[in-house]
Amino acid sequence: MSILVLAEHHDGQLAEATAHVVAAAQQIARDGGGDIDVLVAGEGVSAIAEAAARLDGVSRVRVADDAVYAHQLAEPLGDLLVALSGDYGHVLATASTTGKNVLPRLAALSDVSQISEIIAVESADTFKRPIYAGNAIATVHSEDALKVITVRPTAFDAVGETGGGAIEAIDNGVDNALSSFIDERLEQSDRPELGAAKVVVSGGRGMGSGENFQLLDGIADKLGAAIGASRAAVDAGFVANDMQVGQTGKIVAPELYVAVGISGAIQHLAGMKDSKVIVAINKDEEAPIFQVADYGLVADLFEALPELESKL
Amino acid sequence: MKVLVAVKRVIDYNVKIRVKPDHSDVDLTNVKMAMNPFCEIAVEEAVRLKEKGVASEVVAVTVGPKAAQEQLRTALALGADRAIHVQTEAPVESLAAAKLLAKVVGEEQPQLTILGKQAIDSDNNQVGQMLAALTGRPQGTFASEVEVDGDTLKVTREIDGGLQTVALKLPAIVTTDLRLNEPRYAKLPDIMKAKKKPLDTKTPDELGVSVDSGLKRVAVEPPAERQGGVKVGSVDELVDKLKNEAKVL
Ligand SMILES: Cc1cc2nc3c(=O)[nH]c(=O)nc-3n(C[C@H](O)[C@H](O)[C@H](O)COP(=O)(O)OP(=O)(O)OC[C@H]3O[C@@H](n4cnc5c(N)ncnc54)[C@H](O)[C@@H]3O)c2cc1C
Ligand SMILES: Nc1ncnc2c1ncn2[C@@H]1O[C@H](COP(=O)(O)O)[C@@H](O)[C@H]1O
Repeated sequence: MSILVLAEHHDGQLAEATAHVVAAAQQIARDGGGDIDVLVAGEGVSAIAEAAARLDGVSRVRVADDAVYAHQLAEPLGDLLVALSGDYGHVLATASTTGKNVLPRLAALSDVSQISEIIAVESADTFKRPIYAGNAIATVHSEDALKVITVRPTAFDAVGETGGGAIEAIDNGVDNALSSFIDERLEQSDRPELGAAKVVVSGGRGMGSGENFQLLDGIADKLGAAIGASRAAVDAGFVANDMQVGQTGKIVAPELYVAVGISGAIQHLAGMKDSKVIVAINKDEEAPIFQVADYGLVADLFEALPELESKL
Repeated sequence: MKVLVAVKRVIDYNVKIRVKPDHSDVDLTNVKMAMNPFCEIAVEEAVRLKEKGVASEVVAVTVGPKAAQEQLRTALALGADRAIHVQTEAPVESLAAAKLLAKVVGEEQPQLTILGKQAIDSDNNQVGQMLAALTGRPQGTFASEVEVDGDTLKVTREIDGGLQTVALKLPAIVTTDLRLNEPRYAKLPDIMKAKKKPLDTKTPDELGVSVDSGLKRVAVEPPAERQGGVKVGSVDELVDKLKNEAKVL
């Protein structure tokens, strides 16, 4: 049976995460066989479809171009997936807020379980996924005819972009009388996307205020880093919610993660402990973050950060 | 309007779990259990809607073992009016939970059903969306703001890039994100009063739902431990290590 990957896209561009999900699909195909199709649903998405067709391993891109999918609302997108799913043994999406929003609808309407946020493919029907905020890794086996899966992108290396899949339009505008889009307030930033950045510099409650986050700007500029935050920093209103790293925020696994004024609660660690190198700057030498940090600096951040910026 | 809130009994969020030596599961013997934090937020939102006069009745529901009654009593102490316990000692996967909740929604016909976005044991993030699909109701997931306006519900959702606001036709399903509200603590007199509030018990059999699942946990392992690193004495040493040892600069 073939595999369908739901493309993730924002602002008219295919999200980098999709290339990681296709990599997971390739691992499934290696064991279970089958072609890999990508579904691009949205309005005015031809450039996105072309980008998806270039991903290695993709045989066919199916394009549902219709205003009803413009904001990726779960109800119509779920119905579209249900209509297409008969052709597939697996349906995969990124474990993003879009994937998490829509895939469980497909699973429920197909009367199958969903396997959330896999980090490894053992075989076409067996997967690994973190549970309990990453404090345990479960191996799960699915006997369902259709496997509905969300994929943690950081756990799979992206496929290349040398492919040449076919592009096909699907004529399937479903009705949606249940929900409608009102507006969106997206955070604008010139920095790399948190989930994909090679370096992430995060601030916690210890930063003390939103203004003090500027102390991280200079360092992030020099390192080409994305800026993240702990939940405490978001709750205190220092920074926007889309910057939260952790069990219930973004999952990151950069080459370098710098945690500043973050204590290291398990819910925060769940989002960053797969980073390659972790640096912690904290004035409390007992802070649990030091137990996972490769390099710990016990220091007042207000002194350490300006010095670090000047020495980079 | 009637509001239904789904609450789940899970390990307390402060507890660091251990995997059993035979890797069959995590060890929950003598571990402190509590209401899932996202469900606390769901209960709080329902109670606030009642305090504002928007909701007329708040009904709490759980699917789980006998001991899960504790979490229903907590919901009652926090302000729910009555509770429904779908009792089963069998493990309940998200799909089965959603099917059982769909039956309860069918019986109770709430205008609004509020769930947590994610249970912190399975980290599944599925049941609300599944319930919406099964009941044919619209969903507002990861909500940070909810506003009832006639027969429409305005929900502001925390999405990856920021915030999105959608309008849902009531009756609807909402799942809570962390910033929807800050839950209150139950007061002692309310805990006493909660003991007298009605609590109905049902079984999956009575609701005609099988809790069998096509998904089996075959092993549970501890994650790869990180090697504890070193402390550096100065910013200079840090920069030097990052350049020459870790080679990430
Ligand atoms: C259901 C649930 C989900 C959650 N999900 C998440 C999540 O996804 N992500 C997340 O991050 N949290 C999450 N949390 C919250 C988590 O439990 C912690 O409360 C939070 O991570 C703490 O943030 P913090 O480390 O910034 O704050 P604190 O724990 O208050 O730590 C602040 C640190 O700053 C240090 N500090 C203070 N001043 C200075 C200074 N001048 N110089 C140097 N260091 C200084 C202190 O020593 C301290 O270690 C969740 C909680 C729950 C219940
Ligand atoms: N057994 C259960 N009983 C009642 N509600 C549940 C149960 N399981 C999940 N839920 C609800 O669904 C939410 C999300 O759970 P999940 O999709 O399993 O991560 C929880 O926060 C609860 O509100």
